[in-house]
Order: sequence, then structure tokens, then C-alpha cells
Amino acid sequence: MNETSLENIKDIPAGEDKPLIHVAPSPHIASTSATTTRMMADVLIALFPIMCMSVYLFKWHAVRQIAVCLGCCMAAEALFAAMRGRRATLADCSAAVTGIILGLSLPASAPWYIGAIASFVAIGIGKVVFGGLGMNIFNPAMVGRAFVMISFANLMGASAYEQPGLGIDAMTGATPLTALKQAGSMVPLNDMFWGLTNGSVGETSALLCLIGGIYLCIRKTACWEIPAGIIISVLVLAGIADLAGPCSGYLVLHHFLGGALLFGAFFIATDPVTSPVTPKGRFVFGVGIGFLVMIIRLFSGYPEGVMFAVLLMNALAPLINRWTIPKTLGED
Amino acid sequence: MGLFKLKDFPGRGSFANGIHPPENKEYSADLPVEVMPTPEKIVLPLLQNIGAPCEPLVKANQEVAAGELVGKGKGYVSAALHSPVTGKVQKIGMMTLPNGRHLQAVFIKPEGEQLEGKALWDDVYGGDWPRDCPAVIHAQQIADEIQAAGIVGLGGAAFPTHVKLAPDDKKMIDTLMINGCECEPYLTADYRLMVEAPDAIISGALFAGRATQAQEIVICVEDNKPKAIEILKERTKKTVIKVVSVKTKYPQGSEKHLIKAVLDLEVPIGGLPSDVGVSMSNVATIAAVGRAVIRGKPLTHRIITVTGAGVHSPKNLLVPIGVTMGEAIAYCGGLKKEAVRLVAGGPMMGFAFSDMDAPVTKGTNGIIAMTDDDIRRENETNCVRCGRCVDVCPMRLVPTKLALAAKYKNLPVAQRYNMMACFECGCCTYVCPAHIRLVQLIRSGKALIIASQKK
Ligand code: SF4
Ligand code: SF4
Repeated sequence: MNETSLENIKDIPAGEDKPLIHVAPSPHIASTSATTTRMMADVLIALFPIMCMSVYLFKWHAVRQIAVCLGCCMAAEALFAAMRGRRATLADCSAAVTGIILGLSLPASAPWYIGAIASFVAIGIGKVVFGGLGMNIFNPAMVGRAFVMISFANLMGASAYEQPGLGIDAMTGATPLTALKQAGSMVPLNDMFWGLTNGSVGETSALLCLIGGIYLCIRKTACWEIPAGIIISVLVLAGIADLAGPCSGYLVLHHFLGGALLFGAFFIATDPVTSPVTPKGRFVFGVGIGFLVMIIRLFSGYPEGVMFAVLLMNALAPLINRWTIPKTLGED
Repeated sequence: MGLFKLKDFPGRGSFANGIHPPENKEYSADLPVEVMPTPEKIVLPLLQNIGAPCEPLVKANQEVAAGELVGKGKGYVSAALHSPVTGKVQKIGMMTLPNGRHLQAVFIKPEGEQLEGKALWDDVYGGDWPRDCPAVIHAQQIADEIQAAGIVGLGGAAFPTHVKLAPDDKKMIDTLMINGCECEPYLTADYRLMVEAPDAIISGALFAGRATQAQEIVICVEDNKPKAIEILKERTKKTVIKVVSVKTKYPQGSEKHLIKAVLDLEVPIGGLPSDVGVSMSNVATIAAVGRAVIRGKPLTHRIITVTGAGVHSPKNLLVPIGVTMGEAIAYCGGLKKEAVRLVAGGPMMGFAFSDMDAPVTKGTNGIIAMTDDDIRRENETNCVRCGRCVDVCPMRLVPTKLALAAKYKNLPVAQRYNMMACFECGCCTYVCPAHIRLVQLIRSGKALIIASQKK
């Protein structure tokens, strides 16, 4: 009874070739809609209109930022993988996504080497030292951006955005949030909605960020809980600030549409690796980011707070996971 | 979670999470059950159920008659074993089941007159079935007959049925649930049974209802089987049995999830349906109960689905228990050369096998021949913590965390995250974009926990 099976298959009418049967543990089928590569490709699709807008607005400066960051992130990924003796994981597109998001989060005026340094830091310190995709704690793009922001404060700070000399219409004045912070002046909400304002290359158009973001949520590539948490808490806090201040109604929308909020909510904070895995946890994570963004925007010297808020909450993600373990079916 | 609420029951007809894999039932759903001719050989493993194995009662070269007892259960949680054919015992020898168990089996060579074709169908499921359970029949008597007939759960789990259906003073059963969900893709054996032999199920249900002394009897069917629902509703009209349609979703046929969906009750972790006053059996099991109690026939035959893109002509077959996989597949035209994997059971929880001499056991509900296009083969990458596994886990566990705990043999974390509550449904592995074999890891973790508790 121990003669093995594969020989016996011969006895079965099975065409000419004997089928080669192999065994494996269950389940024997897999969802075809979910692969890491497809998720990353979805992000690239969602970012495409935003990239087009940035090129329209900032001309070749935007092209340069995106191209430099994209190229350097992929190069860094390949280089570090080779150094660690691993096969390069470029095919999963995650380095490309990090590169594009990083490029879109820089000011148009930043010189090329800023993007390059940020890219290498993003991939090297943000990702590879932790053990590669999936192992990192902090959002790699934000690690890279934070590094250059602190190291090259003058090239990355508020002044970097006001560059009338570049010949770009959008860059003649301050960014909406800087204008608000320093002069208390208001940029028309309409311009912020369509994206005709100053800002980092990819963050200006609230509309396109919403469209791309909703696409990601529908495709389930990004979860909806994080953006929802961020948006709700920003609206609530800005609403309180609004009621306390003189500019009824305007301030809320200004904070909602302005700066990197929507770009960050949909494209940065939703990075699965660095956000909690439980549905409740993701919402808490989102609320936390929204809260920190508003604290930074209202009370610190910085006009914008998305980057630091995301990094801070990244650090808390493991803890949030622990606090929000779902109740098992049948658990009392 | 479904938005609607069931008409007669507190549940919503659905449970939280779960998945919707492609059903692939079209291969065999509309094919009436064929009666397979008596095979060349019968292999009866002495353990086909959860619990203790049975002792062989026959010797080599002994003649056996169809329905004769060949193995006697040891202890309460075990099941008797009967020969499905008339023939001669060749030997009692060792064999390996698709689930990897090595055990003794009785090998029988069919000889002489056998019931075939329509006569066999009529003997098993056809003919007339009584529409009520005579008041003189006592609950314990039914349970005893079920035990004598060697009936175990035919839905796959193969738990001895008399244990579930016996009257119990300590745990009162309010509801007898009869599971006709068949939520695994591909399989259509239960569907065909409900369509072609509803009366056998209904009679069995009435007797099983008596045995458990349940107040309510309800047959649950997924809403992708409208024909079965319609027929059962029609046939149960003048009885106390209710038929309820639940959402098509995997794993709707899991006991705990069906109870949640219909009765809105949660079976405690590590508990049994009887803890919430429910007894649940599969439709085919209940039909076997009917056959045993009414016709005095033991469990010797069952319907299986032989299907998949890798088999020439998919069929629903009435087979003797103990027929080899090879003979059943050969009867369905054999394998195509594209076939790369054979699965006993459903594609989510079934076992892959390659041994064509392995037998169909009491718990085998199908044989699926899958091709390269059907199965997963991608390489595993790192977990990207996307949380999809958490979103689909019907037990509301955190599979990614459990898998990590299992990998690093971290038992305290595994236990804090309720690893033992995982029933290996495979939803998490199905959706994981990194192709991590979460269930496999969790299974190894559960084995570690069990081993550590034994010490
Ligand atoms: S589905 Fe896979 S990749 Fe996503 S969190 Fe779970 S284990 Fe990780
Ligand atoms: S196999 Fe276990 S952990 Fe995975 S989804 Fe099913 S119950 Fe949850």
C-alpha cells in the first residue's frame, strides 16, 4: 500500500502527459486582486493627476523634483539591496512610490541635491536599516523630508516657497498657511480647492488629492479610516479655533484645503506599513494626526505640521495596535 | 454586516468580515447526482472522524455483506464503521490519509451481487420518507441508532453525530440548525442533495429534532442556492421546520458564524454550539440520520463533487465510502494534463493529496482537480501591515500578529491574541497581498500551544 501515488496516476486516462501533482497546505486559492505590486501601482495611478497639476503649476521645477527623487529612491533601493546581498525589490514599486511622494512634498525651488539627499535618507535610514519594506517604523518619504528640512532649513522653510525670481506665477507670494500664520491674510478658498496656490509641488490641489484619495479608498489600497480620522479631527479643531477667532467659517475650510493636509491624509498617512493594522486603530491614528497637525499649525512656529504629525504618530502605531486589539468572536 | 434582519430570527443573515472567493460552482451545480458503479476496491480507514479510532472486527479473507459492521468504536466519541459493499476482506493494513495521518484500514474487494444504479439511489436517498416522527420513539433511542450507524459530520469536520444529537440534561438544546450553506467554492454535493432528496433531509431533521428535544428546527441555506431554498420551503410547508436564507459569503457554513448570522448568538471561545443552546449538523449528515433511524441503514454512502478545471467531466457522485480517489476521478473521465493539484474537500480548507489510492472518507465532500491558473504560487514577501487579514478574519483576530508570534514561538503573545480561537478558515491567507501563508504559521503556533499545555 505504500507504492507512491504519482506512479499510479499513469493508470488514469489523462492525455499523453502524466500530470504532475504537488501538494501544499490550504487554502489552495488566493485573491487575485491583492498583491503588493498592484497596491503600489494603484498609488501611482492616483498620483498621476496630481503630478500633471504640479507640472502645470511649477513647470520644469516640478519635473525635476519628481524625477530626481524617483531616480534616487530607486537607485538607493538597488544600491542598498546589493550591499545587503539581497535581490533588489524594485519590482514591488514601493521605492518608486516613496520617490514620487517625496518629490511632490518638496518646494519647487529646492535645488536638485536636496531631493537626492532626501531620497537616500528616505530609503537608507527610513527603510533599509529597519530591514526593508514592511519592517520600517517611520514613513520613509517623511523621514527623508524631515532630514533635509532640518539640515537645510533655509532651502526648505517658508522662504523657499517665495521665489518670485523663478518666474512661476504661483510662487510670487507666500503659501496659504504661511500667509495666514505671518500676516493673517487669506488666500481665496477657490484657488486652494483647484490648486492654483503656492506650496509643495504636489499638495496644492485639494480637488485632485480628494479624487486620487477616494480612488485609493474605493480600490481598498488605502483604508478610509485614516483620512476620515484626520479630516474629522482637523475640522473639529479648526472649527473650535474658528469659533474662538474672528473669521467665522473661513478658517475651517482654509485648514481643510490648505497645505499638505489632504495630500498627507490620503497619500502619506495611509502608508500601510507605518500605520496600525486594526480598523479602530487606524481611525485613532488618523484622529491623532489631525490633532497634532492642528496643534502644530496653531501653536508652533511652523505654518504646516503634516510631516511631523505623521512621524510622531508612526512611532505610536505599535502602541495603538496593542490598544485596539479587536474583540474576538465569542470573547466576553 | 447585512443591513437587513432575518424575518423569523434575531440574526442579520450574515456575520462580520469574511470573503467572497469566486464560487466556481458552475462546473457541477446543474449536474444531477450520478450513482457510481461498484468500484474495484474499498479502503476503510479505521479512523474517519474526530475522536478515537475503531477496532477492526474482521480478518483477512473474511466475507462481508453490504452494511455489515467491520469496525467497532472505542469509547463514546468514536464512530462505528460498516462495509458499503458485499465482498471479501483482503487485509488490514496501514495507509496514509490526505490529512497526513498514518493509520490502519480495512481493505475490501467487492465480490458478488451489489446494489447498483437506481436501486442504490432508492436505497440511500430515494423512495418515500415519513413526514413526522412517531411520538413513541424516544430521544435516547434515536441517539443510539445514530451511534450504531456510525454517523459523523459529513460537512468535513467529521465529529461523531450521536454526541451532538443526544439528549443532554445539562445543556438544553433550543435550536437544531441544519447547515446547507456549502460556503466552500466548487462544492455542490449538499446543493444536489437538497434539490434531489429534500425529503430525506426533512425526515432526518424531524428525528434529529426529537433526539435533541429542540424547540425549533431550521435549515440554513446560502442565498446563492435559490432553487434549494425554494424546494425546501415547499417541502417543509406542513412541518415545524423553518428554512432560512443567509448571505453568500465564506465561511458562512462555519458553525459559529452561522449561529451568529441566524440567531445573533456568539459561541464562547473554546466553547461548543451547545453552550448557546444550539446543535448543528450538515444537511447530508441529517439525511444519513434519517436513513439510519427510519430505514435502519448505516452510513455507507455519500455524495461527493468531483470537479475543477483539471478533471475531464465534473460530476456529483453517489459513492460508497472507501472508494479510492483514483477510481472516483477515473469515473469522471480522469485528470487533464493541466491538473497540478488535487484537493480533498473545499479549496479553502481541504487537504491536497497526491496518493490516488487514498480513499474517500466519511468527511470527504469533494475532490477538486485544480490547474496552475487556479492556485496560488507567488513568492512570499514581507508583511506590509496592510491590515487586510484583520479586515477579513471572521473570528476578528489579528492574523499578522498571530503569524509573527508563531514564527518567533512567542506563546504569551499568541495567547494574548487568542490564537486558539483561529479555526484555520484561510481567509487571511486568501487576501494577503504579500502572499504570506498565515494559516500555516498559525497552525504551527497552535500546535506549539497545545504541546506546551500538555506538559
Ligand atoms: S494581509 Fe498580509 S501583508 Fe497585510 S497585514 Fe496581513 S499579513 Fe501583513
Ligand atoms: S485562518 Fe484563523 S486567523 Fe486566518 S482568517 Fe481564519 S480564523 Fe482568522
